[in-house]
Amino acid sequence: MMFAVDLRHYLVLSAILFVLGIIGILSRKNSVGILMGIELVMNSAGINFVAFSKYVAADLSGQIFALFIFVIAASEVVIALAIILRIYQNKTTVDIEDIKDLKC
Amino acid sequence: MTAQDVFFYIFALITLVPAFVCVFHPNILYAGLSLFGSFFGVAGIYVLLGADFIAATQVLIYVGGILVLILFAVMLSKNIYGAKFQDEKKKKILPGLLGLILLGFLVKFILTTPWNMTLTDEAPLPTVSRLGDLLLTDYLLPFELASILLLAALIGAIILARSK
Repeated sequence: MMFAVDLRHYLVLSAILFVLGIIGILSRKNSVGILMGIELVMNSAGINFVAFSKYVAADLSGQIFALFIFVIAASEVVIALAIILRIYQNKTTVDIEDIKDLKC
Repeated sequence: MTAQDVFFYIFALITLVPAFVCVFHPNILYAGLSLFGSFFGVAGIYVLLGADFIAATQVLIYVGGILVLILFAVMLSKNIYGAKFQDEKKKKILPGLLGLILLGFLVKFILTTPWNMTLTDEAPLPTVSRLGDLLLTDYLLPFELASILLLAALIGAIILARSK
């Protein structure tokens, strides 16, 4: 049965989300846009963990890993936005093609 | 098709259409706002997978925290509607092709791999107490490391973002 949802449907959904995030990371020039792509990729990893936790492992370990993904995503986005705000204060741009040197 | 399948397709649509807008819309403000729908769709997918606490945390942390931070950063930088924030269309062609090839490989491997599915009976639904038990027994070390990571991120962000 094609339409009955099982593990593969969730994996294909998260694969599409992952590829959209990768396209966003590669094509955006605005660094906040790149951060949005990274968030999409992290969400797709979370869907994968929880789907495997229900269908393959049949315990709660995948949900624990999804929780740790939330922690890592939160701290990552806080640090990245602090760096972006710092660069914007000094250079008044967030375009990654105008940010060439590490010191600023 | 059961009701659960219908809900899966609805939530998949709620997830993928705003993600598509987020990647391909030229204006960064609309891209950030469309992430809102995408995160809610992922929360719905978590509910369908029987992860109630994860779904609530997704709404709290992603929608309430991360998305607000991203929109805050977008609006702090000036000229949101100016030409500087509009990406060109033709920059999307090569990453789009690369993404399509990657998606083809991923879907092929997902459909051809023999998954060892051991789904027995439905787990009892309030998962909160069992998650808490696991966090304080089997996963105690990662739990404590996560708190150290959050503290370090907090201090680092304050040091980076304060004005001189």
